[in-house]
Amino acid sequence: MTGLGRIAVAVVMIGLLTGAAIELQRLRDRSFPVRPVEDDSLYLTSPSSLRRMALAYRAVAADLYWIRALQYFGGTRRMVEAGQTITDPNRRRYAALFPLLDLTTSLDPRFNLAYRFGAIFLAEPAPRGPARPDLAIALLMKGLAERPDRWEYMQDIGFVHYWWRQDYKAAAEWFRRASEVPGAPWWLKSLAATTLAQGGDRLSSRMMWEAIRQSAEIDWLRHDAERHLGQLRALDEIDALQAIVNRVASQSAQPVLDWRPVMRAAGWRTIPADPAGIPYEIDERGRVQVSRSSPLWPMPAEPPRIDVAPPPS
Amino acid sequence: MRATALMAVNVFRESVRDKVLYNLVLFAVLLIAATYLIGQLTAGQDIKIIKDLGLAATSVFGVFIAVFIGIGLVSKEVERRSIYALLAKPIERHQIVLGKYLGLVGTLAVNLAVMAAALYVVLAYMRWLSSEGTIKALEAPALDPAMLKAIALIFVELSIVTAIALFFSTFSTPILSATLTFGLFVAGHFSADLRNFDQVVDSPAAARLARALYWVLPNLASFDVKAQVVHGQHVSAGYMALTMAYGAAYIAALLIAAMVIFSRRDFK
Repeated sequence: MTGLGRIAVAVVMIGLLTGAAIELQRLRDRSFPVRPVEDDSLYLTSPSSLRRMALAYRAVAADLYWIRALQYFGGTRRMVEAGQTITDPNRRRYAALFPLLDLTTSLDPRFNLAYRFGAIFLAEPAPRGPARPDLAIALLMKGLAERPDRWEYMQDIGFVHYWWRQDYKAAAEWFRRASEVPGAPWWLKSLAATTLAQGGDRLSSRMMWEAIRQSAEIDWLRHDAERHLGQLRALDEIDALQAIVNRVASQSAQPVLDWRPVMRAAGWRTIPADPAGIPYEIDERGRVQVSRSSPLWPMPAEPPRIDVAPPPS
Repeated sequence: MRATALMAVNVFRESVRDKVLYNLVLFAVLLIAATYLIGQLTAGQDIKIIKDLGLAATSVFGVFIAVFIGIGLVSKEVERRSIYALLAKPIERHQIVLGKYLGLVGTLAVNLAVMAAALYVVLAYMRWLSSEGTIKALEAPALDPAMLKAIALIFVELSIVTAIALFFSTFSTPILSATLTFGLFVAGHFSADLRNFDQVVDSPAAARLARALYWVLPNLASFDVKAQVVHGQHVSAGYMALTMAYGAAYIAALLIAAMVIFSRRDFK
């Protein structure tokens, strides 16, 4: 056999044997199923131990934990959006998200986006997020301890208080603190004043998201702000549509449970769509709402207006 | 001097013959694969992560070359008995040690230079792909020349690791030399713990021992400025100069020790 022939035989044998090994593995996995890897297992939970073990490669380890946090959050959220049943209660609560972000920021304490995105993820309401504004604030406070000059973290804390806790006094206080950091944008001062005076109304919310959209450094943050602006527009549209639905219901003396009577009465050809282009729905109680399939779902709870105590006489 | 230079060139040629530079291909594949995958996984942090990954890979590959080639520099000559032929030539023993060290450090320098160039090329490509918003949001420019500071300190750190490996290689077996060198590499990154040992133990003797180890063992943690550079933090010229001078002093001490041991070694 020539040298070339021997190589050809070797290549064929290697191919056959590798194929056989893969097939045997498949057979074994079928006969003796491998337990799925627990997605929320962390392997290492102590940030200080991990910092030591990573030696001079902490930044790369932080990147790996960051990718893991993104996949964990995104994967769980995708399962929710696809309507899949999540049997693991920890997964349903996004229980590993904060520890993953904590490890990431302990390994690389200056990982700016891990604080900012992490806080957005943590505060996101269930089931699209863990609904943990307290942990979002804790993460941002950790970032602030590392970099007290980052007005963005203060703005984000104010935003969590504003949007997810409806604590407008705390939000206004954090916006004020952020505005006093050298280099902070001018509009934070007016945002603090508006929040304190009119916290919770759509106008001040719109102003806040518009400011965030304009100042966003990262496309993702800009898209998130645009999504929230879309939600605010949807809230206005829902109010207008609800008034029409109520009028049709009172005229017909029957509850309106779908769009057909409204479309007939109003002469519409299509069901009105939300700013994301997904048609609105009417629920069993006759309330107009965004569809669960809309990227705007779930809508934020309409916050109550702030009670500003009258000055003592 | 000429003999030392010839020895160094010979070590470099031998490294090339041993396909040491093949790791550059692995490095390139790693960066290209990471560029493709990371864009889809990191929510706009791809340039930061490529910098982290590129600098870490430069260091890891360098450590493996420094240790696994370094431990064989002298012991391989002894094992093969080619040391007798070498000693019969008009060359001093200290020149052999120095030449071998410089040859391997030269190999590492070529490696690092090519890896740094590849990293900048990949970053330039990623910058070209990125939107204006992403580029504006970066803490440090994509093609930040300050990364060269991190690479320079990695080079000095690798030169220390090479000197450690060579030092052990002059009197120990390759396996033991590798174990001891890796041990010192790891211990060198725990210097802060050794320094602050008195805060976790009550024993003054143990604290003194830890403090002594802190001064004697190589403080490799101080050569790690990768994270600072990636985050756009300033690394001062003074810090660079002091750290490099510390590295040079430590290397010189190790080389002198290696030369003394090798000069007194009996090969009969």
